[in-house]
Amino acid sequence: MEDNILLKINNISVVYSDVIQILKAVSLDIPEGQIVSLLGSNGAGKTTTLKAVSGILKPENGKVTEGTINYEGHNIQNSSPERVTRLGIIQVMEGRQPFKYLTVEENLRVGTATRWGKPYKKDLEMVYHYFAPLVYRKHSLAGYCSGGELQMLVMGRALMAQPRLLLLDEPSLGLAPMLVKEIFEIVKRINKEQRTTLMLVEQNANMALQIANFGYVMENGKIVLEGDAKDLRENPDVKEFYLGVAATGAIKTYKDVKSYKRRKRWL
Amino acid sequence: MRNLQLHPCGNFRETYRQELTIFETDFGRLATLVGLILLFAFVPFVSSAYILYIINTIGIFAIAAIGLNLLIGYTGQISLGHGAFFGVGAYSAAILATKVGVPFVIAVPAGGVITALVGMVFGIPSVRLKHLYLCIATLAGQIILDYVFVQWESLTGGAAGISIPTASLFGLDLGSDRIFFFVIFVCFAVMTWMAVNLIRTRYGRAFIAIRDNDQAAEGMGIPIFLYKLLSFAISSFYAGFAGALYAYYMMSITPEPFSLWLSIEYIAMIIIGGLGSIPGAVFGTVFIVVLNEVLSIATEFLMNVGVTGMGITIAPLREFTYGLAIVLFIIFEPKGLAEVWRIVRSSFRLWPFSY
Amino acid sequence: MEFFFQILINGLSIGFLYALTALGFVMIFKSSSVLNFAHGGLMAIGAFLFLVLSVWARLPIWLAFILTLAGSFSLGFIIERFFLRPLIGEALIEVIMLTLGLFIMFRGLLLFIFGGDIYSYPDFLPPALTFHWGPIEVAGVYVATFIIGLIFLGLFGFFFKYSSQGIYMRSVADNQPAAMALGVHVRRVFALSWAIAALVCAMSGIVLGIINGINVHEVSDLGIKVFPVVILGGLDSIGGAILGGIIIGLLETFTGGYISSGLREVVPYIVLIIILLIKPYGLFGLVEIERV
Ligand SMILES: Nc1ncnc2c1ncn2[C@@H]1O[C@H](COP(=O)(O)OP(=O)(O)OP(=O)(O)O)[C@@H](O)[C@H]1O
Ligand SMILES: [Mg+2]
Repeated sequence: MEDNILLKINNISVVYSDVIQILKAVSLDIPEGQIVSLLGSNGAGKTTTLKAVSGILKPENGKVTEGTINYEGHNIQNSSPERVTRLGIIQVMEGRQPFKYLTVEENLRVGTATRWGKPYKKDLEMVYHYFAPLVYRKHSLAGYCSGGELQMLVMGRALMAQPRLLLLDEPSLGLAPMLVKEIFEIVKRINKEQRTTLMLVEQNANMALQIANFGYVMENGKIVLEGDAKDLRENPDVKEFYLGVAATGAIKTYKDVKSYKRRKRWL
Repeated sequence: MRNLQLHPCGNFRETYRQELTIFETDFGRLATLVGLILLFAFVPFVSSAYILYIINTIGIFAIAAIGLNLLIGYTGQISLGHGAFFGVGAYSAAILATKVGVPFVIAVPAGGVITALVGMVFGIPSVRLKHLYLCIATLAGQIILDYVFVQWESLTGGAAGISIPTASLFGLDLGSDRIFFFVIFVCFAVMTWMAVNLIRTRYGRAFIAIRDNDQAAEGMGIPIFLYKLLSFAISSFYAGFAGALYAYYMMSITPEPFSLWLSIEYIAMIIIGGLGSIPGAVFGTVFIVVLNEVLSIATEFLMNVGVTGMGITIAPLREFTYGLAIVLFIIFEPKGLAEVWRIVRSSFRLWPFSY
Repeated sequence: MEFFFQILINGLSIGFLYALTALGFVMIFKSSSVLNFAHGGLMAIGAFLFLVLSVWARLPIWLAFILTLAGSFSLGFIIERFFLRPLIGEALIEVIMLTLGLFIMFRGLLLFIFGGDIYSYPDFLPPALTFHWGPIEVAGVYVATFIIGLIFLGLFGFFFKYSSQGIYMRSVADNQPAAMALGVHVRRVFALSWAIAALVCAMSGIVLGIINGINVHEVSDLGIKVFPVVILGGLDSIGGAILGGIIIGLLETFTGGYISSGLREVVPYIVLIIILLIKPYGLFGLVEIERV
């Protein structure tokens, strides 16, 4: 790839509590200015990969035991989240973690922690511009916002940090289809207009592959498939397992759906 | 005949029975036996009156400390009221002995039982609470009991306290320190034995389950409310029993010693000794009692030498050292003296091949 | 009636003092979930530092005041850095015992230096502060307590509501992993909360000294009285701490004035037990927001 690689994950293994190995030799490249999506079934290790990058493995007693994570010449495996965030990598955690007892605007202001003391008014406007519904909730407690508003809130909060690389973990979780579409459009716009590089972890493979440039598929802590998003969308396996379209187009019998047999093939 | 077990150099337990054994080795069993014989046959006869006083104090406090370790170290319930419970035992025994004329053999266990009941009264609000709230509830209990000791003059004699008649056991006068030594240490041995065995029963295992994760324990069908209350009762019983012994040993009691300070001392004992270890509670008691004595001797010595000519007293340094010991232990050896002892022992056992 | 008003005023001022004290306590608890038993020790250190600077070193009052606050602030920082930080992630009892150990250390040290005597500050309050209202006279110290209390509560309210650092501190209290992922320096927040708490402790120590004179035992005992106050108000609520302080203050003075002065000292703890029985998480503890 001739693009400038922003983040290079090189053969990392992640172990929790010194014994539970979750990632086994995972390698990923994230080119600058692109959207890379990471797909995989539940428990495959996607969130773990993101945490390994953003440095919040440590509070959970996890560790990168092998391999390197290189971000613009800095080795950031096992760095503290303070360092990683100050380098411009922000993770939006899975399951929306608002500060429930802070108002929406205060939540957004926490996003300025990496550049404390600098003006942030412009960024607030920018966030309200992308996520218009937040304006009306400015002064209400985040704990009382709806799921959709919260998703906007946590993404907006991350944008406040002016990240160069945004790690998004399942933004579509539990949202109505219309809203999912809207969120993904916003993601695309942010990528275009703010030149933010994005790494997108998703269950909604269809949506993710539509806006992504490149995709990786992860199974049991390993990358099993990678390719341009276009190619992945056409890939028969991906089609069957993630896009829900049987390769033959015929109606599947229950027997065919016992897919783990075929899945084994990847390992 | 089974093989004598002398030096285990790893964990060879194959059955649950083995896991439950008290003594890992026959050597340990022998050592304990020899220790007990030496304790009873020698100590009271070779010690000076002062040393004997210290040893007796250690015996009494150790009983209460074991009780507290059952509560904090094994059940995970923090209590800041142990000193007051100790006082409840002392006052109950003293009141029973003076007002009702109950003999020594009954007054001491009765002191334990009454304290267990009082402990449960304070335990009921406490067991509904968790961690911090619990610890504050017991703090309130400490202060309220303290107040009762001082203010309920008709019963407790107020600040002047109560004098207790000399203890006698089946006509035998227990007045002297030497004879009381046997009383204290027989009680100590029995109470320790009970505590060690309690932990091996389903109750003990339930306590540990509650300590490690009370929600999981509840999920496994342990009625945590009852068990927490039970743990409170048992620990208060130990405190009350020791307190009753203390009252008889001291022959007169005032509210003063049973302050928050005593509760803190008890917690310090089990932290320094090692949370969740019965021998640890004993080590911790020895450490604190001896530290107290050493510090007061040092204070006296320095006063006599005249270092304190500038109108400064050195007594508070005792408090300072005490706090420092707690802080250092928590930061550097949080498992306490029990762990130090284990390390020393195993390095001896493995010597000279230490790997 | 006069008696009643006098007691009311006394109760309110003492209540303000308790509120101020509780504030420092709640701050530490909110940000790092540490129950600080060294609270009374920190108060005493602040009060005596001010004494040393103002009386012994004869600095001007305002300078002594500022230096005391600065000193306490640094002390809080040091405590967090060297004593608390090694214990992050350890069992609760160890953290509690550590603060208890610190408390005993501080107390011993202060008793060693100052003994158990009562000292008093120079009378620096302007006489105009004494306030007359009909037959009721409010002593200058109480008025000063009121004013200082109000100023500091206002400052803290402002700090937590509007300043960025204040918002970061609240975010850590609210959801630590999320704050971490956004780059909030969590350890710095802990250190800062200890520093601010120590500063508040010093403040309330000084105020206590102005009212009653200072004595190691008395000041450090007050550190324990903070528990009923914070439990009444809910451990994690700053507003609750203020209300709790005022309620306990009134309760104490009224019990002392109308029932018995002996009961005065225990009444907060009796209330504490009752509160714990009926509303374990305090009268004003945060209502758990359960959705999301
Ligand atoms: N702190 C931890 N300690 C031990 N194991 C963990 C820990 N965190 C996660 N795991 C395990 O790691 C595996 C991968 O988890 P991860 O959260 O990365 O999956 P995921 O791909 O994000 O799944 P999902 O799509 O459900 O979010 C899971 O089996 C999980 O149980
Ligand atoms: Mg996940």
